[in-house]
Amino acid sequence: MEYKLATLPALGPAFPEIILAVGSLALLMYGAFNKSNTARQVSIGAVILQMIALVVVAVQPLGRMETFGGMFVSDDFSRLIKILILLGSSTAIIMSIGYIRHEKMERFEFPVLITLATLGMLMMVSANGLISLYMGLELQSLALYVIAAFNRDNVRSSEAGLKYFVLGALSSGMLLYGMSMVYGFTGSTEFDAIAHVLGQGRPSLGVIFGLVFIMAGLAFKVSAVPFHMWTPDVYEGSPTPVTALFAGAPKVAAMALILRVLFGAFPAIEPEWQQIVVFISIASMVLGAFAAIGQTNIKRLMAYSSIGHMGFALVGLAAGSADGIKGVIIYMTIYLVTNVGVFCCILSMRRNDRSVESISDLAGLSRSQPVTAFLFAMIMFSLAGVPPLAGFFGKLYVFLAAIHSGLYTLAVIGVVSSVVGAFYYLRVVKVMYFDEPAEPFDQPMRTELGILLGISGLFTIFFFAWPGPVVRAAELAAAALLH
Amino acid sequence: MNDGSILSLVTFLPMAGALLILFIRGSEDVVARNAKRVALWTTLFNFLLSLYLWVNFDPTSAGFQFEQKSEWLGGSISYHMGVDGISMLFVILTTFLMPACILAGWDSIKVRVKEYMIAFLILEALMIGVFCSLDLVLFYLFFEAGLIPMFLIIGVWGGPRRIYASFKFFLYTFLGSVLMLLAIMAMYWQAGTMDIPTLLTHQFPPAMQTWLWLAFFASFAVKMPMWPVHTWLPDAHVEAPTAGSVVLAGIMLKMGGYGFLRFSLPMFPVASDFFGPMVMVLSVIAIVYTSLVALVQTDMKKLIAYSSVAHMGFVTMGLFAMTQQGVQGGIFQMLSHGWVSGALFFCIGVIYDRIHTREISAYGGLVKRMPVYAVVFMIFTMANVGLPGTSGFIGEFLTIIGVYQVNTGIALVAATGVILSAGYALYLYRRIIFGVLDKDKLKNILDLDRREIFALAPLIAATLFFGIYPTPIFDVTAVSVEHLVSNYHAAVEAHRLAEITKPLGDLVQLVSAR
Repeated sequence: MEYKLATLPALGPAFPEIILAVGSLALLMYGAFNKSNTARQVSIGAVILQMIALVVVAVQPLGRMETFGGMFVSDDFSRLIKILILLGSSTAIIMSIGYIRHEKMERFEFPVLITLATLGMLMMVSANGLISLYMGLELQSLALYVIAAFNRDNVRSSEAGLKYFVLGALSSGMLLYGMSMVYGFTGSTEFDAIAHVLGQGRPSLGVIFGLVFIMAGLAFKVSAVPFHMWTPDVYEGSPTPVTALFAGAPKVAAMALILRVLFGAFPAIEPEWQQIVVFISIASMVLGAFAAIGQTNIKRLMAYSSIGHMGFALVGLAAGSADGIKGVIIYMTIYLVTNVGVFCCILSMRRNDRSVESISDLAGLSRSQPVTAFLFAMIMFSLAGVPPLAGFFGKLYVFLAAIHSGLYTLAVIGVVSSVVGAFYYLRVVKVMYFDEPAEPFDQPMRTELGILLGISGLFTIFFFAWPGPVVRAAELAAAALLH
Repeated sequence: MNDGSILSLVTFLPMAGALLILFIRGSEDVVARNAKRVALWTTLFNFLLSLYLWVNFDPTSAGFQFEQKSEWLGGSISYHMGVDGISMLFVILTTFLMPACILAGWDSIKVRVKEYMIAFLILEALMIGVFCSLDLVLFYLFFEAGLIPMFLIIGVWGGPRRIYASFKFFLYTFLGSVLMLLAIMAMYWQAGTMDIPTLLTHQFPPAMQTWLWLAFFASFAVKMPMWPVHTWLPDAHVEAPTAGSVVLAGIMLKMGGYGFLRFSLPMFPVASDFFGPMVMVLSVIAIVYTSLVALVQTDMKKLIAYSSVAHMGFVTMGLFAMTQQGVQGGIFQMLSHGWVSGALFFCIGVIYDRIHTREISAYGGLVKRMPVYAVVFMIFTMANVGLPGTSGFIGEFLTIIGVYQVNTGIALVAATGVILSAGYALYLYRRIIFGVLDKDKLKNILDLDRREIFALAPLIAATLFFGIYPTPIFDVTAVSVEHLVSNYHAAVEAHRLAEITKPLGDLVQLVSAR
């Protein structure tokens, strides 16, 4: 193909990203040039846009494709993760439609910013070099900083945005510093080239140093201990649909990024990064379990819960095997879907047209809204990892991998902290089922929330009956990552 | 009907009943009445269906029967069901006790009747699944999933301290089980399969057996419950509604014993042999200690709960003696304790429903107003004591014989437990049934009604019938137990021989190296 322009790379692999980029700019223009309030139309448009991108991702051919000079890669792994991310962020937009109207923050920039953040996440997942990694990460982060503070008249929301921004900038700095060290000691920013150099012989201390900094930066993004401090405040302060987004898609994207970096660029020094992963995994599981016990605000509770869950997902990563990657992907898939259900319930906690967020507000929900309460209870049991619910299978796969790799201490600490964690999930069930009914919530629940909760709940309950597709997709993705 | 699907049918039929109840609509009274009826008919029909298993069971084979296997989670994790001589009777026990459970809550449950019946039907399905599953993950799934309905049953329909009790129940059992889950995973990587029949023939390295055994023990000892991890049981029993107690004592505790029989003993014989004395000592402590504790209880349910712990001590002691009599006796004791303790909790529920207190001191002289009740309660008290002629006797007697062959001292101490059990049971009986009827509340108490007699009659029949003629049960278990015991001793002997010859082998190696 000699007539091909040398300057124009193949755009096929990046087609979903291009659709999102162009589409989100179009939506921005539509909102900006329209005099009336277009938040609702733009939201729907953003959801449709993401669905189109999802279909495009799904129909992309199997196998590995590289473009932009090897900086951007699309393979079975990135495709599966992209589908998850698009599902996570489009459900967050759907959840927000009713909320932003109620809370008088109905501005069209909101769905556009979420779409831009999604674009960043997709780029993170497809990054095949440190530069494209950083580009995707920053696009995602900047958009998320803004929407964390989107309820700008609310002090807590502004505080959340600021806190997230300052700490996020710090972590980006660490990440960049680590990247520069890795570049300095290996002479390349591309994952394959780094892996090649590191495969040659003993890694220098500088690379390991750089890796530690990179891990610190990425651990911040998945809110793993000890880089978790921002999580509870940001979760609590942000508007609830934004919290729902934070808990879902960006976590999946960042976790996928960690997988990509560690298995793409640093497979040769696995023993070095395994120690780091084991430590942050244990720390996250234990802190997530114990710190959540004292919480009374359900969003804060979910923040600690998500810290704990990231710890469990990292158990699979610590195993450092194909089984482990498979486990992480299954875990994140299940986590993402359950999370949607949790936040649908939290969003429907409205009394006298105001949101309430305290766990005790759920009292007696099983009387006033039996179906909602039942689904929420099942989701809670699933988060606790009780079989036969979906959450159990997530834990099953990651711990299977950990045991196979001989990480017995990690596994024992993990399961014991899951028992501690079960305590606070049970407490939510207890409030809903055992306590005397409080004043019921505003009825009826918004239709879109009901539908999402139903899907999430049914997935959680009946995952055991048909786990095949998720497990097989995760297997394929794991194989692709290790190519 | 082909043999393969009958077990799945028995397991999931209650779920179908629960689904049916879910769709009942109408006013609250109508829903409650219909839900109860559907639940009762489902459990009765399921019992009849499960009898098909007993009738068509081939007692001459030690292998698994009514097997069904299909693809599930990929790899070697499959949906595999089947029963052998050890597990089949537990399935029957479950289906046999469930109608009584439904009847126990017939009048006393007044709120959320529909949800109550659904919870019990789902619980039944999960409990049957535990005894039928032949895949480790499937087993764990059923084993743990039962916690959810039980947690809700205690928490929603329980007594004043129900929240504390339900949390304690859930977290205690959950903690034990997650360690077992890790052991299951380790077994998977060692043997390359989760299939129980295959694992039964797999020989795990002795060093590994120790850890696996301990992890399984953590789960089953809590479930059983053995001293000193039994403390959740009295709390759970006291706070649970009557039917919840019946299920707990009658069926759920047996999962621990069944687990020992299915996993610990056949799969880790060397470790079982090593830890056997410890288990026996713990069992004997449980028998004597909890019997003494039962003696001073003022709450009827707590008394029976402690007596359950003591009786389970006989079971673990018998099982770990690993003699034909000990194991057969252990199984028989579990079955017998299933209906006897279930019936005792039912009897306590009967008077609790009328007077609304479980304090022993609130009763006295009931025989004057409730003669039929006094007779029924007498039969079960005697069965609990282990009077010859009741099913309670056979189990205790055989386990003590079994242990006597292995360790006379332990058997001697355990025998005092029989006397102590007579002490607390008769003392309880005297205080409640005899004496002067001087409490005002008791003056108008009514005797058993038709529903209660209907629920208790099968339990009385089982107690007396199997007390006099236990052969049907031994016929079913004999071959499987023989197989288990002989394999166990063969494995232990082989290990001992290897231990003895090991220095010799080392020596040979040393010499040949020179």
